[in-house]
Amino acid sequence: MSTEVAEEKVVKKSEALFSKRRKKLVADPLNEDNPITIQVLGICSALAVTVKMEPTIIMALGVTFTIVFSNLLISLIRNFVPNRIRIIVQLAVVALFVTLVSEFLKAYNYPMYKVLGAFVGLIITNCIVMGRLEAFAMGNKPYDSILDGFGSGLGYAWIILAVSFFREFLGSGSILNFKVFQALGIPYVNNGLMVDSIGAFMILAIIIWVQRTKTGYVEQ
Amino acid sequence: MRQSNTYIVIFTLITTVFVGGTLAVTSILLGPQQAKSIEYDTKSQILSAVMQLSDEDDVLGIYDKRIKSLVVNYNGEEVTTDSKGQPLVAEKVDVSKNYKLSREERLLPVFRYMSESDPNKVEAYILPVYGNGLWDRIWGFVALGEQLETMKGVSFGHKGETPGLGARISDDPVIAERYQGKKIYDDKGKLVSVSMVKGEKGEPLDEHHVDGMSGATMTGNGVNRMLMEYLTCYESYFKKVKSQRMAGL
Repeated sequence: MSTEVAEEKVVKKSEALFSKRRKKLVADPLNEDNPITIQVLGICSALAVTVKMEPTIIMALGVTFTIVFSNLLISLIRNFVPNRIRIIVQLAVVALFVTLVSEFLKAYNYPMYKVLGAFVGLIITNCIVMGRLEAFAMGNKPYDSILDGFGSGLGYAWIILAVSFFREFLGSGSILNFKVFQALGIPYVNNGLMVDSIGAFMILAIIIWVQRTKTGYVEQ
Repeated sequence: MRQSNTYIVIFTLITTVFVGGTLAVTSILLGPQQAKSIEYDTKSQILSAVMQLSDEDDVLGIYDKRIKSLVVNYNGEEVTTDSKGQPLVAEKVDVSKNYKLSREERLLPVFRYMSESDPNKVEAYILPVYGNGLWDRIWGFVALGEQLETMKGVSFGHKGETPGLGARISDDPVIAERYQGKKIYDDKGKLVSVSMVKGEKGEPLDEHHVDGMSGATMTGNGVNRMLMEYLTCYESYFKKVKSQRMAGL
């Protein structure tokens, strides 16, 4: 922790706490450099946990927590990590935070722990996390790494929340387990396709389509 | 220096100790809270075989008031101490571990759901069941009426059945409802259990069969095997309870 504070002080002298460059670190992954829709990483969990919104929120929090803190830790030790074993060190750090998330979930929200089960553990294999460590935290200062992790986490979060919103709404006729159609008295037959992973693919594709039309992003 | 083998070995050691230590401490600190959460979860699963629980319900309170548990063996005799002579608690019996033993060696918990008005009258017998589904283990609780012939309700759980297909045994309340009122003995008094058929036709079936789950026949087969297996294990206990009741009359 002391190192982190020290670095921040140094940084403050030279650069504002929320300089333009730093704001970009957080904002870019939300849209123009989104980990899911542009970098096409972390698709597996975007499909697996988005049937309902509640587990998706937990998953989004878990992933954001993991990215932020592994980015921080890796950034702090980046000058001590031997190059040859850096990937395995990154993996150990990610596994540490993921296991912490899983243990806390088991203690304080056991029903969610059962629903998410293996998927929390599988955050370890979420390419976004390892990708940020290797691409950013290994070469940048801790504070910047936190911002970068936070941005990527939010970028991941809003996409999976959007996907889960439509999947739960159309697939189960509810929002956060509140039966919307029933409450409004509209007869609605749940769309089974949306409960299936195929539904997630379709919604994700539509989001990517809309987004790329707006930003004009074309894959090289 | 940072590339030398000695440095790498030392660095790895420090990382391992740090990561392992942190996790060990967390695990120890969170242990009691996790145990509490699991107890709450087990008790709500047991109760959900006989009643609809909502979030506001005081599960532990209802459980303490309504459930009287005991452990029996394959011969239907009550067991009060484990192999080491320690007193047995039905809630602590690990059904998954006992599943690996032969039927004769298994410890079989029985959770008796007592009547609200008369705390000595059993309203339902809730029995844990355990087995294998298509991908991974499945488990559940089966509630039998006081005559030990009719299913009052079931609640199933699973580790990894296919979402939307086999996972419906726990996600879809309709599946559990189908078991209500089904009979486990045939006309001749032979234990036949209740089986899920292949395919989902929505037609009424006889009192020993329930409609299947479309696309999840293998999970359904697992459920059928699980029910048959455990009802067989408990059969001696059922006989004992019935004969005691006859003698009492």
